[in-house]
Amino acid sequence: MRKTFTQLDNFGHSLSAASYLIQPKSAEEIYSAFKLAKQMELTVTARGAGRSYNDAALNGGGITLDMSAMNRIIKWDQAKDQVRCEPGVTLEQLWKKVEPQGWWPPVVSGTMKTTLGGCLAANIHGKNNFKMGTIGEHVIEFTAILPTGAEITCSQKKNADLFYAMIGGLGMLGIFTSITLQMKRIHSGLLTVDAWPVQNLGRQLSSLRDGAPDYDYIVGWMDGIAGGKSLGRGQIHAARYLQEGEDKNPQETMQIKNQILPPRIFGVFPKGLLYYFISPFTNNLGTWGVNTAKYIASLRKHTFRQSHAAFHFLLDYIPDWELSYGRSGLIQYQSFLPKESAESAWTEMLKLSHRNRLPFYLGVTKRHRPDKFLLTHAVDGFSLAMDFKVSEGSRAKLYALLQEFDQIVLANGGRFYFAKNSETTAETALIFYGKETLAKFKKLKKRCDPNGLLESDLFRRIFG
Amino acid sequence: MRSPVSDSPKPFDHTPPSGTPQGKPAPATPLTPRRRGIIVGASEGIGAVLAQKLVKEGYTLAVIARRKSKLKTLCKEINSTLNETRALAYAHDAANYDEVPALLRKIVADLGGLDLIVFMAGINYPPGLNNYNFEGDRKMVEVNLIGAMAWLSPVAEMFQNAKAGQIVGISSVAGDRGRIANPGYNTSKAGLTTYLEALRNRLSRHGVNVLTVKPGFVKTEMLKAAQGATPFAITPEKAADDIYKAMRQRKQLIYTASIWRWIMLIIQHVPSVIFRRMSF
Ligand SMILES: Cc1cc2nc3c(=O)[nH]c(=O)nc-3n(C[C@H](O)[C@H](O)[C@H](O)COP(=O)(O)OP(=O)(O)OC[C@H]3O[C@@H](n4cnc5c(N)ncnc54)[C@H](O)[C@@H]3O)c2cc1C
Ligand SMILES: NC(=O)c1ccc[n+]([C@@H]2O[C@H](COP(=O)([O-])OP(=O)(O)OC[C@H]3O[C@@H](n4cnc5c(N)ncnc54)[C@H](OP(=O)(O)O)[C@@H]3O)[C@@H](O)[C@H]2O)c1
Repeated sequence: MRKTFTQLDNFGHSLSAASYLIQPKSAEEIYSAFKLAKQMELTVTARGAGRSYNDAALNGGGITLDMSAMNRIIKWDQAKDQVRCEPGVTLEQLWKKVEPQGWWPPVVSGTMKTTLGGCLAANIHGKNNFKMGTIGEHVIEFTAILPTGAEITCSQKKNADLFYAMIGGLGMLGIFTSITLQMKRIHSGLLTVDAWPVQNLGRQLSSLRDGAPDYDYIVGWMDGIAGGKSLGRGQIHAARYLQEGEDKNPQETMQIKNQILPPRIFGVFPKGLLYYFISPFTNNLGTWGVNTAKYIASLRKHTFRQSHAAFHFLLDYIPDWELSYGRSGLIQYQSFLPKESAESAWTEMLKLSHRNRLPFYLGVTKRHRPDKFLLTHAVDGFSLAMDFKVSEGSRAKLYALLQEFDQIVLANGGRFYFAKNSETTAETALIFYGKETLAKFKKLKKRCDPNGLLESDLFRRIFG
Repeated sequence: MRSPVSDSPKPFDHTPPSGTPQGKPAPATPLTPRRRGIIVGASEGIGAVLAQKLVKEGYTLAVIARRKSKLKTLCKEINSTLNETRALAYAHDAANYDEVPALLRKIVADLGGLDLIVFMAGINYPPGLNNYNFEGDRKMVEVNLIGAMAWLSPVAEMFQNAKAGQIVGISSVAGDRGRIANPGYNTSKAGLTTYLEALRNRLSRHGVNVLTVKPGFVKTEMLKAAQGATPFAITPEKAADDIYKAMRQRKQLIYTASIWRWIMLIIQHVPSVIFRRMSF
């Protein structure tokens, strides 16, 4: 077991912190790391693929457990549609294993590089959140090791309190050691996608709300620049699984080579939208704003078929796009608002960002439903994720803007997501989680981790 | 299981300076980034002034020296002026090498990482022109040189692995030639200069900057020990400004005041046959 002092950063390269990196290969080695940490008075954080946009997988000055070596798919039980994996297994490994045989993970993130451990710790949502809920709702059971050394098994029935707290618990109660996940049967490697433009924020949100019941997935891409009557305009992409028989040759479309993007990206994916993704990095903001936004808004409703991987993981096929944000990197601000207050709150926020000349480059909207997990980020409503470029000169201004956003979100009964938000303070977290929830979480924390060994930079920021 | 730092773990017996409770420094975020640094030898003189300067430039610092009370006063002043915990005090004698690994580990955990170390601690015991003082010589080497190695060696290893970081060593023009007044001091600083050069040659390929600072005369307590004239003496504020500027530019070597570069260039080239006869 090697340990090296290593500089790690977040996804987006906007924050880095050095820590002692240990790569455990088993639960025993995780426990040894806990013992070492205790002896040396250091704290411990697990790290999956480091795809969080904030400080969730950083532990400056402490120990970081790189979970990527625990990446075996332990058992794939097709009869039960269930797969049991070590926590370092990535979504990429997983879909490549099950898809050619006719299954797809029930919930995926916008990148396939994430690990199952990281996905459970954040309790990720996909573009089907309104229908399938978070990934946690498809977990049959997981095992975890606690800092006390106890190895526990949790399911909705067994150790239910820990089941609902550790999923979404940001890795602060224990470390997942295996995860059993329900897979979804599919009958084609393709999805039918409807794409249509929406002229403003109101239409964007009503499209998500009214469209959702008719689709398996729905997502909106938002132009962060257009103002006036076009504020919040963009495109909706809504997709359906193909029913049995609709795809004449599912064995072929489900092949990995027919899922992945590079050879086909320009053919399969609407060119304009590709531009929409790449342009912030290759053009200046002005050109981007005018050209892309005009283009998107002018697109008529159209329908096309697209592979699962292309639909979900487009960003993965634009190599290192996050590097194009420059030296100081990027951050993402994602807010979740109840369906009643979302439009007015985001209108205010978009206007504020324009007034401060701090527009976001890429906005993504989704439809959500509430869930039962203790540190849930979900609401019966919508989310809007905004990508901001960080620059030396704009840091202070952007910080102030995001603090204003936080207040607007709080005032409208909204929530935040700690796989993303990097500037939200402990005071804000206390307000939206509520005292009672936090007290419950802290009580569980005391029980699982009496010596407070599990701490990340995120933990110190929002629970510190 | 081997310890994550190079040395075997020792129970950590460092007691934090009593009195002022030290709050935790605020964690860094992408929009409120914080560089974290250590200054060994910061209770007064150039080190204390540099600490004041670096916190204003956004650093969070661990300040180290033997005198607790002086450090506490410094931290109190910094933290109350900036209205947040930006300086943490650690009492330590740089000649207690065994304390370093555990103290370093604790500091890095307290700061939440490490981007910079400045080794500033120095003592100067001029023996007098016709006297010899092994005890003084030994102390100077123990603090100025071996103390530096005790701190910079583990930090160099960290920075090399992290492929990032900055090391600043305060040597002296006194290390450029062996002179009649203070053989022990000259030796400690010559050793330090060479050690820093070697670290630079090891580390620059890993993206780590090593800056050697050679002050001439600086108006601090230490200067009071100097015998004879002290030409081109500068204030510690000027020295700290020069050091910070060089840090920003990631320079390799500076003299402060800069005129010493030219003076020492000449002095280094004075042939021994003449130098032996000079009372410089
Ligand atoms: C391009 C992109 C698109 C994204 N799209 C979405 C999306 O659509 N929906 C969504 O919900 N999220 C999305 N995310 C966020 C991402 O899914 C989460 O940040 C996820 O947690 C990252 O997983 P990871 O393996 O990289 O974990 P890391 O970022 O390494 O860690 C995340 C958290 O998990 C904890 N952790 C990791 N492994 C373990 C373990 N074994 N046991 C306990 N705790 C552990 C860490 O301590 C940390 O708190 C996206 C991110 C990117 C970069
Ligand atoms: N002043 C000059 O003219 C001049 C010229 C060339 C080079 N320099 C070098 O510049 C550096 C700073 O000098 P200065 O003029 O600022 O001196 P100073 O005013 O005497 O300050 C020296 C600092 O080092 C600390 N220190 C000394 N011995 C230590 C030890 N054993 N362990 C930990 N800390 C120790 C002192 O704190 P405690 O006493 O509290 O431990 C003090 O904070 C020194 O390396 C010196 O050699 C100075």
